[in-house]
Parts: sequence; structure tokens; C-alpha cells
Amino acid sequence: MRQFDSRIDSQSPGFAQNRADMLALIDRMRALEARAAVKSEERRPVFDKRGQLSPRERLSALLDPGMPFLELYNMASYLVDDPDPESSVPGASIILGIGYVSGVRAMVFVDDSGINAGAMTAKSVDKALGALKIAERQKLPFIHLVESAGADLMRYEVGIWAHGGGMFAGLARLSAKGIPVITVLHGASTAGGAYQPGLSDYVIGVKGNGMAMLAGAALVFAATGEEARDADLGGAEMHAETTGLVEYLAEDDAHGIEIARDVVAGLGWGNPLPPAPECDRPVLDPGDLAGVVPVDYRKPYDMREVAARLVDGSRLRDFKPDYGPATVCLQAELFGRPVGIIGNNGPLDPDGATKATHFFQLLDQAGTPVIFLNNTTGFMVGTEYEHAGMIKHGSKMIQAVTNMRVPKISLYTGASFGAGNYGMCGYAFGADFLLTWPNAMTGVMGGEQAALTMEQVARRTAARKGIEVDEARLAKQRARIAAHFDGQSDAFYTSGHMLDQGMIDPRDTRKVLGFCLATCAEARARTLNPNSFGVARP
Amino acid sequence: MNMTPFSSVLIANRGEIACRIMRTARAMGLRCIAVHTRADADSPHVAMADQAVCIGEGPVGDSYLSVSRILEAARAKGAEAIHPGYGFLSESAEFAQACGEAGLVFIGPGADAIALMGNKAAAKRRMIEAGVPCVPGYEGADQSETVLVQEAARIGYPVMIKAAAGGGGRGMRLVENADGFADALALARSEALSAFGSDEVILEKAILQPRHVEIQIFADRSGETLHLGERDCSVQRRHQKVVEEAPSPAVSPDLRARMGQAAISAARAVGYEGAGTVEFLLDDQGAFYFLEMNTRLQVEHPVTELVTGLDLVAMQLRVARGEALGLSQDDLQLNGHAVEVRLYAEDPDQDFLPQAGTVLDWVPPTGPGVRVDAGVVAGQQISPWYDPMLAKIIVHGATREEARQRLIAALGQTVLTGLAHNRDFLMRVLSHPEFANGSATTGFLAAHPEALASPVLSAAEKAMTAALRYFAGRDAFAGQVADELLGWSSTGRLRHSLRLKANGEDILCEVTEAAGEVTVHLDGDDFACCLTGQGMRVAGQLIRISSCDFRAGGLQVVTDQRCITVETVVPGVSEGSAAQSGQVTAPMHGNLLEILVRAGDSVEAGARLAVLEAMKMQHEILAPVGGVVAELPVSPGVQVRAGDLLIGIDPQA
Repeated sequence: MRQFDSRIDSQSPGFAQNRADMLALIDRMRALEARAAVKSEERRPVFDKRGQLSPRERLSALLDPGMPFLELYNMASYLVDDPDPESSVPGASIILGIGYVSGVRAMVFVDDSGINAGAMTAKSVDKALGALKIAERQKLPFIHLVESAGADLMRYEVGIWAHGGGMFAGLARLSAKGIPVITVLHGASTAGGAYQPGLSDYVIGVKGNGMAMLAGAALVFAATGEEARDADLGGAEMHAETTGLVEYLAEDDAHGIEIARDVVAGLGWGNPLPPAPECDRPVLDPGDLAGVVPVDYRKPYDMREVAARLVDGSRLRDFKPDYGPATVCLQAELFGRPVGIIGNNGPLDPDGATKATHFFQLLDQAGTPVIFLNNTTGFMVGTEYEHAGMIKHGSKMIQAVTNMRVPKISLYTGASFGAGNYGMCGYAFGADFLLTWPNAMTGVMGGEQAALTMEQVARRTAARKGIEVDEARLAKQRARIAAHFDGQSDAFYTSGHMLDQGMIDPRDTRKVLGFCLATCAEARARTLNPNSFGVARP
Repeated sequence: MNMTPFSSVLIANRGEIACRIMRTARAMGLRCIAVHTRADADSPHVAMADQAVCIGEGPVGDSYLSVSRILEAARAKGAEAIHPGYGFLSESAEFAQACGEAGLVFIGPGADAIALMGNKAAAKRRMIEAGVPCVPGYEGADQSETVLVQEAARIGYPVMIKAAAGGGGRGMRLVENADGFADALALARSEALSAFGSDEVILEKAILQPRHVEIQIFADRSGETLHLGERDCSVQRRHQKVVEEAPSPAVSPDLRARMGQAAISAARAVGYEGAGTVEFLLDDQGAFYFLEMNTRLQVEHPVTELVTGLDLVAMQLRVARGEALGLSQDDLQLNGHAVEVRLYAEDPDQDFLPQAGTVLDWVPPTGPGVRVDAGVVAGQQISPWYDPMLAKIIVHGATREEARQRLIAALGQTVLTGLAHNRDFLMRVLSHPEFANGSATTGFLAAHPEALASPVLSAAEKAMTAALRYFAGRDAFAGQVADELLGWSSTGRLRHSLRLKANGEDILCEVTEAAGEVTVHLDGDDFACCLTGQGMRVAGQLIRISSCDFRAGGLQVVTDQRCITVETVVPGVSEGSAAQSGQVTAPMHGNLLEILVRAGDSVEAGARLAVLEAMKMQHEILAPVGGVVAELPVSPGVQVRAGDLLIGIDPQA
């Protein structure tokens, strides 16, 4: 391996332009994140009145000071319930991420009860399912700080209800696999939500506010005519004394969180890995990534410039650099542990695909994790490439990507179109983590390409039928198709629709990758104590 | 001269003075025997001795104050001499006598001198005879109230009533005018009786705002008597010395010579041998009056040692062997200035209440001119049985100001954690302008309660404390991740809320970390905090940190200004709400055998309330909270069901 020799001039106007463009996108991402926080904060008077912490305060009290935190699905629900980019609130009323609690890496799930009282949005179920899936795969204790009004009856959809059952199946599965589930009842957990504590291994209830019941006083009265009080139906005190649903009764939110931290500390969930090895930092500044990459995917760049800003000492070993050169295969170390990196300097061609397949198999053989840096407009088309076996070589690549056993971390850094996305471990290909930069574009193809394709189809049909082409109509159609495609390709749209697990600042990529790789390594080194049915409560 | 050689010495004391004495005795080749109680078994004086004898459990009456136990220990270990230190039996004529009878060399004056000086009235009469200036007063045997009132009028108010057998401020009352005399007399007598076994009192003219200046004297068996200059111990709290220095800023060479001569006369008048201290009150006109004579080594002897270059303990031991002092008054030169402070395990914020507990950390200061006489080690249990003085910090400098500054700096370095103590108070005393300019009198501490009280924590100190707590929490798990990931969040800014109690003050703040910078957000202000080799830079200003210790959830921070003890605010795991409310219910079905309380009784949490018999076993019903028994709905002998209310306690009452 040798230190990569960068050709980027960080003083050049091009760099400055790239940087300005990228920072504008990062600002947009941060502004959207802040939109959720600001909206949640509007409920502050209610929290204060009840003597509660706000959801973000709960999170900050739960996490170990100074230990890293990776937020997941931060854009979830953006442009889903509310199509207006100026008002749509991302987050799906959940704050979710992987962080440290009492020194234990854990999945942390906080109901954002500041927003719509924590009622679920169209994407809340998906976000919860995503959290459960990652926790299960990465063997992360699951900590849920609950305060949710439950399903939003005003936006009821039968599909969400049916789909939502997966949340409880997921909890049952975690418990059976030997992954502890810890719940703090900060507020209401009603109806279906009541099964959250019921399916948890440990429940901490906050006096006065913590609540779990199948139906609140209003519904009970409507259903049976019984005049009941919420506290009697499902108060934390009642559950601690009468039903045994609550193990630990807390004085207030902070106390409940402290008990949760104590419970986690008592799990004996040590890190099965030896301490993080010593490593050197990249020589090329990861902070420059904002200026290295043009936000317009049509402008080419060398993916090695990105990789060199991610890996230890900016040292790379180029695998077959001169064979299928548009597909870049690199070996390096990230936080002291070996990784393979695949990136695109152009479309995937037959040589690139076979090279990648070879590379994947070598990494799998050695147990080395793979990082995918997506910037591809797809597999190459044309007679020459069809004759060269593009389909079968591309298929081999997809087979290898799908069935590799090593950790896979996929990043949308630019374009990821068509089957190229499949070959580069896109949404459906089981990456351990799939994250996106805010400039990324993903979809079946670019909008312009789709519009041109449809225009060609129209012209050929017209020619075959001998009809004259209506140029004005065609131009309109072209614009409409381009807009339709590009709107759905935009990272903010795809991330809002949860086609990745979160959007990150490109300058954080090294840290994100390091964090994710360590998460995967820890999970693979950990032996669980599974049982058949999960832990049952009394 | 009559020689009384010895090669072993039993030190009938504990703490720093036992260590101090052993240091010299060992250097002189003597075998050292320590005595200790079970409570003191891990004390440094035990570890330092060649041999040690346990002489009791904890209370001093059955150990350090027990003549028979000490003599028994001396016999058991074959000790030839006994050094009594200060306090305990050091001024007991009976003990000195008993030592002589047991064939042991008592390191101190003869029993007669001790007995005489131990009786204030007799001592004063003897001093007047010897021409030593005394405070006008009455020491007569007629103790009738009528006579005392007359005498008080003769002396002139204000008048001080003192226990004739007393010392240390007990049985002492200041009377401003004739109206208050009778009440004050009654109080002084009852205190004197309970403290000293005698209600005899003396009267003295009260010298207001005087200085306390004492002369160290030394006499050998041949009667050669010297004075070693004075010590100024004016800074006192309720007659307990807090700061001592030598020489006194108020004593000129001429005054020193006159006071020294008076002290020598006092010693000669009682046929004194060994080390002694003649205490005087010095008024603002330069007149001085005999107060009392301490027939032993004083706590504050090191300041004299530092300015004279002499080892007073060595001199005591030599004189006790019968050797001559080998010094003349002219040989004595005073060099520079020395100041001593006493580090006490007492909490200035709680009216100097003595503290017991475990010493977590003890790091004495070092540096040029710094001397520490300590009897404490890390991990030691400080028991409530004994004097709470843990150490003395003494500093020498070329000038008074140099010594004062050095002592403040030395205290700043001093680390003592695990229990409250008076270090910060001492620093405030030394820094006060009135002490700094040398004009403090015995009224100094009482005159400045506000200036000397603990100031509230500054915002910067709170921010520093929060940042240290943050770092401590982070360090606990930092090994889990690569350094580069510490303080990082994909959300751009890591936020951490902290709720702390530092020195009893609540701190509610948020700590954020971004790009390696920690900022504490406190009460609307932001403080950038960054650790340096010397401490922490808080919003640009360096706070020097002497020690930072994080264990068991608590944080102890010692800066060069103050000690900060931090608790993280977490209430314990709650009991059920019923328990909190004091509603005591039957835990199971059974027969209520007995009720042990009556309505209106005050009970503490954990008190036995009733006995319930179920499944052939007797279950004690304990009070879940303290309060007053308000309800007793069930009578004994009744069968109760699980959940039945047995007793209602009103926790508010």
C-alpha cells in the first residue's frame, strides 16, 4: 500500500464551487433535522408542566457522555405524509440511532412525543421495523424511551395496521435471540403500543406519567360504559404493584433513564472485541470531501480521491488498476482494520464486473468487510457490451454481492442507477448499513435519460404509424418525465421514503464507516444466549 | 546533674504529633513504641513505630486517657521513657507522677509544676508573686456570688469569668456589664463543673481584641532557662487556634526581650524543666498579661523550629535524659518568618462540625520552605472519637509576606478528599487583607464571618465542574472506541444534559462537543472548556486543578482555590407509592400478633411497627417512612388479609 498522490487542488475555483454546492446541501439536511427539533420543542410547556424531559433531553441523558452516536433514518417520512418540501417534517416522530449506554453499544429508540404527541406517521412503522432489523442483525440491546399517542386515527390506513404487527414480532424475535429489550415508559403507551412494554424484557415506569393500557378512559367509556381513570387503567404505579408489568418505578424521567442505564450496565454485555487498534489518520483531510466531489453526477471524478480521504494514512492498494479501469477496487485499512473498497469511475462494463466479482470473492475468502462507494449510471449498454456478455458478467457480480458473508457497507456518494445500483449493493442487497450523501441520485435511470428514451419510443411509434410528431407535446412530455424521475431520484426524496438508512455529512464518512464497521465486527464476534420463545413476564 | 538515660520511648499519643515525635526519636536512635486503639489500627503512627500496643476500642477515656493502660503498655514493651505529646495526658500531674513511680522517665516538667500551672488561680497567684504581669482579676478562694460581683466591679467591666481548672475556652464567659453577671456565672460554673469536675472560677479583666502571643521556653535540669522567641496565635475561632506564626508582626525586639524575660521568670517560679509555653495577651498599647502556661510541647511548635533552626523534640529528649541545653540566650537567632495552619476534618459550611469518613486521597504539598506534619494516609478511616486535626502545614519564608504567599500556594496544592475539611477556609483567612497586613487580633475571625464564609461557586467553576464530570463519564468507556470517534455524532453536535450537585449547589447544564471542543451551556452562557497540563481553560481563563478524582459516581475536584465535591443527582429506586405515603398494609394473610406503636408515636424509617404471624412464621412489619403514627385501624389478635391497612404513618408530621 502506498500513500495516494492527490491531483485535487483545494485552492482551485472548481474545488470552491464543489464545496459551496455540497455545503448548501449539508445545510439543507441540518435545517431539516432542526425542523423536527424545533417542532418538538414547541411542546416544551407541556413537558415542563408534567415535570418531564423533552425527547432530545431524554436521549442525551441516556447516552454516555462524549461517546459516538450514529443517527439512523434521520430523513424518514420527509415528503411522504406532507409533499411540501417547505413544511414536511423528517424523522417520522422517532429519534433513532446507535449509541453507547453504560459503555454498551445499543440501539436507542426515542419517541419524539413533541411532534403530534408522538403519534405515528406513515413511515413510523417502517422506521421501527428498520430499527428492529438492524438491532437483530447487529445484536444490539434495544432501548425504547416510550411516549406515544399510538396510531394517528386521522390518518388511519389498514396497511399500516397490518404492517405494524411486525414491530411486536420483531420484539419477540429479539428476546428469543437473546438480545435484551429495555423500555422506559415516560408517557402513554396505548392500544397496540401497550405491547411494547409487554414484549420488553425490562420495563421502567415513570411515576405519574408512565402509562400502558389497551384502551384509555375515553375508549373504555365508549366500549363498556365504565367510568375509569387512566392512572387506574394503566398507570406505572399500578403496573408496578398490581400487574407486574413494570419492574422498576422511577420518580421522574431522569431517574427512569438512570435506572435504564443501570440495567444495561448490569447486562454484562461487554465488548467481545479487543480494544480498538492504534491507527493513523488520513493524510488527506476528510473535511475536503465536500470540495472533492461535484454534486452533479454527470461530472466525472476519481473515486480514489474519495477513498484516500477515508482510510488510514490515505494509503491504498489498487487491485488490477489497468483491467476494467472504470471499476476501482482498493484495499486499505480503516481504523486499523483491513477493508476492501469498490468505487465507480464510470459505468460497469464486462471487465469491471468480472474484476469486481473476483475482488468480492477474495474479500469474502479473507473475511474482509467491503465498502461500496456508489457513483454509477449503470451497466454499459450497446452491441459490443452485449456481445461481451454484459448480462452474465453483471449477474455474477450481483450474485457475489448478494451472497457475500462479510460485512457490507454501502454509500450513495453520487449516482446509483439501474442495475448498477444492484451490483453496487443497493437497497435490496442486504447491506449491513446503507447510507447516503445529500447529493446522491438513485433510481432506474436519470431523468434526462428516461425522457430521451421515451421520446425515442414516441418518435419510432409515430414513424411506424406514419404520423407526424407533435413537437410541442413531445417537449412537454420530455420535461414532465425528467421532472418525475429526478424528483424521485433526489437523495432527500429517497431518504424520506427510507430507501436508505440515513443521510450523512460527507465529511463524516470516515467516522461513519469506522463506527459501522466496528458495529458489524462486534456483532459477528458476539455469542448470544437464545431461547425458543423469548423471555416471558409473570 | 542527675542523668536519666533511656534508649526507648513510648509515645502516649496519636496522629500527627505521635509521628512528629517518632521522627526525631528514631533519628536519635531510640526504639519507638506506639499505642493505639482498634479504631486507629491503620493510622500512620502505628505503621511508623518499632512496636505498637493496642490499648482499647475507640473512646479516649478507656485508651489514650487511661493512665493504667498506658503504663501497662510501657511495661509490656519495656519502654524506659514516655512522651505524652500534647492533649490527652500531657498536662496530667497524676500521669507524670505515675510515670515516675513506675520508673519511667516522663518527658516533661515535674508533676508539681504541671499541677500548679494546671490550676489557673494558683498559677496566677504564683505569677504575681514572681513579678510576671497578670491581668487584673480575682483568684480568691471565696466563691460566693456576692464576693464575685464585688470583685468584678473592682476589676472593671468588661470582665471574663473562667473555670479555675479549665482551658480551651470551656467554662469561659465574657460579661459586658453587671446586669449579665449572675447568669453568666451560673453558665460558666455549670460548664466548668461538667468539663473539669470543679465549679471554681476566677475573674479577669477582659482585654478586648488583644493578640495572643506566647513565648516558648526551655529549661534544663540545672535550672538553665531560655526563651526561643514568641509565636503569634491571634487567629482563633472560639479560642481554638487556627493560624500561628513566628515571629509576631506586633512584637519588636525590645518587647520580645521583655516578654521573654517574663516567661523565663514564670518558668523559674515553678521550677520548670523541659519545653513549656507561657501565653500572654498583648494589647494594642504593647502591654502584655500572663494568660496561662502550657506545660508541654505545643501544637504550633514547628513555627518556632523553622525560625530558630532547632528541633524542640530533640531538645525535650535530651533534657529528659538530664543533659544540659548547651545553648545560651545569645546563641538564639530568629531567621525569617514561619506560618502554620491546622488542617481540620471539620466543615466550615456547617459551623465547623467535625467530620468522620474515609480519606480517599491525601497529597501533601511540597516545595521550598514547606513542611507538613501529618498523621493521615489515603484510605484511612477518620473516626469521630478524636480531635479532628489531620495535619499541620507550615511554611518558612524570608519575610512574612513570602511565607504567607507560599502557604497559600501550598494549600492550593494540598489534596484531601473523602470528607469535608477547612482547607479553603484557611486560604481565605490567609488571603484576607487584615491578616495579610499583620493586624489580625483574636477578634479577627468573629469580625468577618461573611468574608470568610464559602463563596458560591462561580459560573466558571460550575462550568469546569460540569466539563470534568463529562470527561470523567466519557473516560469511563472511551477505550471502547477509536479516539477519533470520541465526541462525535452524525447529528453534528453531541449534546449531553447534566444534573449535578456541587458543594450542595445544583448545576443544570448541557455539554456539547463538536470538532473536539467541549462547551458547557449554563444559565444562558457558553463556556468553552479545554484541558491543559495545569488545569482547565474555561472561557479563556485557566483554573488550576490540583486533583480530580472520579470514583463510585462521585467526583472530587481540588483547584488551587477550593475543593468541590460533586454528586450526580439520582434519587434511589423508588418504593411503591403506598410505601411512600406511609400506608402500611399487610404483606400477606395472617394473624396480627402484636402492635408495637401507639397513635401519635414518632417513628423512624425502618422502625418495628407490628408483628404478623402467617404460615407459622412471624413477620416484622417495619416503617417504610419516618413520621408520626396517625392510624391504627386494626387491633392485635385479629386475622388480617393481604393488603389490609395495618398502620397509617403521616410522613409530613
